[in-house]
Amino acid sequence: MKPFLREKKTFSAAEIPEATAFEAGYLVTVNSGWRSIRPVIDTGRCIGCEQCYLYCPDGVIAIQNGKAVIDYDFCKGCGICAKICKIGAIGTEAEHK
Amino acid sequence: MANPTAERLSRDEYFYGHKACAGCGGSLAVRAALKVLGQNAVSVLPAGCMSAVGFNFPQLCFSNNSIISTFAGTASMLTGIETGLRAKGYSDFTAVGFAGDGGTADIGIQALSGAIDRNDNIIYICYDNEAYMNTGIQKSGLTPFGARTTTTPAGANIHGNLRPKKNMFEIAAAHDIPYAATASVGYLPDFIKKVEKASRIKGTKYIHVIAPCPTGWGIAPDETVEIAKEVVDCGLWYLAEYENGEFTLNHKPKDFTSVEAYLKKQGRFKHLDLDDIKTVIESRDKKWAFIEKNFTYQ
Ligand SMILES: Cc1ncc(C[n+]2csc(CCOP(=O)(O)OP(=O)(O)O)c2C)c(N)n1
Ligand code: SF4
Ligand code: SF4
Ligand code: SF4
Ligand SMILES: [Mg+2]
Repeated sequence: MKPFLREKKTFSAAEIPEATAFEAGYLVTVNSGWRSIRPVIDTGRCIGCEQCYLYCPDGVIAIQNGKAVIDYDFCKGCGICAKICKIGAIGTEAEHK
Repeated sequence: MANPTAERLSRDEYFYGHKACAGCGGSLAVRAALKVLGQNAVSVLPAGCMSAVGFNFPQLCFSNNSIISTFAGTASMLTGIETGLRAKGYSDFTAVGFAGDGGTADIGIQALSGAIDRNDNIIYICYDNEAYMNTGIQKSGLTPFGARTTTTPAGANIHGNLRPKKNMFEIAAAHDIPYAATASVGYLPDFIKKVEKASRIKGTKYIHVIAPCPTGWGIAPDETVEIAKEVVDCGLWYLAEYENGEFTLNHKPKDFTSVEAYLKKQGRFKHLDLDDIKTVIESRDKKWAFIEKNFTYQ
């Protein structure tokens, strides 16, 4: 499991919990708008060593079929993955969104 | 390709979608530790960046049970959670706290000392970004000598912080705690091993992990992991454990890399002159003489 984006974003007073947040894992906003650079995986070169997965502070890299895949909704473009990938399979480009 | 560290961790993410700055070292420490401890971890986060970025109503970026404590009360709340869950008949859980350097070495030290004294069965992790970051970079007891913060500005006469870093690791060890360790997010597999080990030990566990803050340190967001590695490689931080009354050094750099190079990469140390750097090197050498004498290296 991981926290995920919810459809429901507005609430009546009665639905609001008496706590500092909603239930564990309740996300209503993405972080993609923070990015000034976008990391891009060169799937041909990626050897699935999982170093980028391990060191991503946001946990947005998953390994699927032996290759790294980025969840761009939540990647902030810090660039740590591009530096940690020893074989240079992660490039960076300017974010245009 | 197999990655032995990644393979031991939960594939789930327990700290996701949080609002930490890009490249935040503290968020990497929290994420990695929770991937070790898993769904049944109950985390306590005092006032500080990790609570500020994790709980943004109505968002909760933790997918395990998590709660904000008072700034001073991380360890007290851990004690209460551990005791309360045990009293209700639960046994398969880990009470874990993630407190900053200010929350640990300054305002939270009394509660932490009390918990260690009672030997409560908790894991206390201090993510050390070397200042009060969430309130805009004020000096804490763990800010190193020479660092510029908003309360230790650098001018012509005074070059940033005048005082050395408090030795929290040995302060925890001095309680004869069952387990204490130092770590760095630049050596993530070592940190992960220490969290795994702590989760198997009964009683109080204290882990002190260096977690660079790009915003407060004046580094680029992609430099967090490198700088967290370099602080160990240049000898200004060390990877060690305390267990059964003994100190163990886990990693011994063959030759230290340049202290000056480490300092000059960071905005907070840019103003330091050669005399200041000499002072830093001398205190490093004194520390390592102590380590050589009192720690075993396996
Ligand atoms: C009793 C009390 N005093 C002051 C504050 C304000 N405050 C909130 S976070 C914070 C800084 C925390 O610094 P640290 O523990 O190092 O964590 P960081 O923000 O660096 O992650 C301060 C001073 C507070 N919340 N409660
Ligand atoms: S670090 Fe590079 S090679 Fe390894 S999984 Fe990530 S992208 Fe692939
Ligand atoms: S740029 Fe940063 S947040 Fe985005 S995938 Fe890489 S390490 Fe993760
Ligand atoms: S200010 Fe520093 S510690 Fe706080 S969220 Fe940003 S990078 Fe992390
Ligand atoms: Mg701090």
